[in-house]
Amino acid sequence: MSYELFENIRGAEEPQSSVSEERILKVKDLLRLSKSVLERNFPEVIVEGEISNFKKHVPSGHLYFTLKDDEAQVRVVMWRSDAAQVRFDLGDGMKILVKGKISIYEPRGDFQLYALSILPVGQGALQLAFDQLKKKLEDEGLFSEDHKKPLPEFPERIGVVTSLEGAAIRDIISIINRRFPLVELVIYPVKVQGDGAAEEIAEAIVNLNRVSNTDVIIVGRGGGSLEDLWAFNEEVVARAIYDSRIPVISAVGHQVDFTIADFVADVRAATPSAAAELVVPDKFKVLYSVQSLLRGITKSVEQRLHELSLELDKLTHHYALRQPASLVDQRSQFVDDLTRRMQAETEHFIKGRYEKLASVISHLTALSPQAVLKRGYAFVEGSRGVIGSVKKIEVGENAKIHLHDGTLDSQITGKYEQVEGSARREREG
Amino acid sequence: MSKSKVQLAGNEKAKDDLSFEQALKRLEEIVETLEAGNSPLEESVKLYEEGMALAKSCMTRLNEAKLKLKKIQKKSGGDIEEIDLEVQ
Repeated sequence: MSYELFENIRGAEEPQSSVSEERILKVKDLLRLSKSVLERNFPEVIVEGEISNFKKHVPSGHLYFTLKDDEAQVRVVMWRSDAAQVRFDLGDGMKILVKGKISIYEPRGDFQLYALSILPVGQGALQLAFDQLKKKLEDEGLFSEDHKKPLPEFPERIGVVTSLEGAAIRDIISIINRRFPLVELVIYPVKVQGDGAAEEIAEAIVNLNRVSNTDVIIVGRGGGSLEDLWAFNEEVVARAIYDSRIPVISAVGHQVDFTIADFVADVRAATPSAAAELVVPDKFKVLYSVQSLLRGITKSVEQRLHELSLELDKLTHHYALRQPASLVDQRSQFVDDLTRRMQAETEHFIKGRYEKLASVISHLTALSPQAVLKRGYAFVEGSRGVIGSVKKIEVGENAKIHLHDGTLDSQITGKYEQVEGSARREREG
Repeated sequence: MSKSKVQLAGNEKAKDDLSFEQALKRLEEIVETLEAGNSPLEESVKLYEEGMALAKSCMTRLNEAKLKLKKIQKKSGGDIEEIDLEVQ
């Protein structure tokens, strides 16, 4: 045994890899020598195997497991900082590729693989992460139809969580401007890809719920690769959407791909443009329904005028003997004329374009029952309201006679009630 | 008719306070009431005029609407504020 050599080795900071057989080593030195050889000769390895005995240490966050195949196994350690880069969840039985370096844990003499990164075997890491998160959130009920909120029919303020760069925001603005500009767009600019994007998106949704009184929120971005769209597949975004009391429309790029955000959102739009199309109604359709309502009003007023004209007919009949023929003719002509014009105006409404409606309205206003007063008719108001029958008022009572331009105070001095075609004079004042 | 004119003026004012959706809902109600046809003449006249005013207001609002754009900006301390943006 060479004492000299032994001393040399003991004193060496970096032990040599080739050691003469005669040396007596301390355990620590043996491990150091081996470790040095291993680390120098295997700076980086990629190993395929299956995970078993998986453990995530709490609170350190380091991962420990055994990687094995049919014939052998090796201990694997992954430090927290490296583990944080793994986007999918690891678990027993999963087949993986581990990239790392091998070394020896001196206190126990364990041969270990120190994993730097891990990929799943058979599919992409992102796809696996997507599938895992989707299943987890689905099991938790985040995609439940019962939780989905209906969109408002006429939103007044629309929140848009997206990037200020890119086509998405421009498309949304231009489509809403064209379809239904009667709204306020509140744009919340965020990063939509890269580190911290998911957190910014989630924070924007939380903040819009906290302080803004928007009626609906669009969350999205234009198309991109699975990697580009990744923020919309992150749990923090999914939870923010789920917790939003304001309805959320997801609007992420590509027609074909679904993101986790799409599953959680109250409504999924295939693209930002599609979201803009469905968040507001089409103003031309709304104008059309306003026109229909106008037609409803004019129709019922027309109906009312028709009933009035029938009553007028009856009256003119009864007083035919007392009235000059020309007056009777005039009145029935007036009623005919009115009815004709009402019909003409209604027709006009159906065919007319909305730009012309303003002038049509003024015509219609001229035909309102109030306008009838302008043509020489009056209605009588007693103490209990409008008098529609001689039975509603007694001789001696006061009455107001309403004309188109004012009111006359009067007193009833006589009353004639029609009985089976003849006028019966009840009392004379 | 001076009394009803005062009320009409009140209606005019009220319709501007209504949201577009509220104005449309009210217009629908008026049409239903008028179509039922059992309100007294005086009330029908008022409803007719209110309906006309509402319809006119809805159409004017739609035709003259200009999109408003706001941008959220973070203030120091984490609070947010809205600033106006120009529509290009």
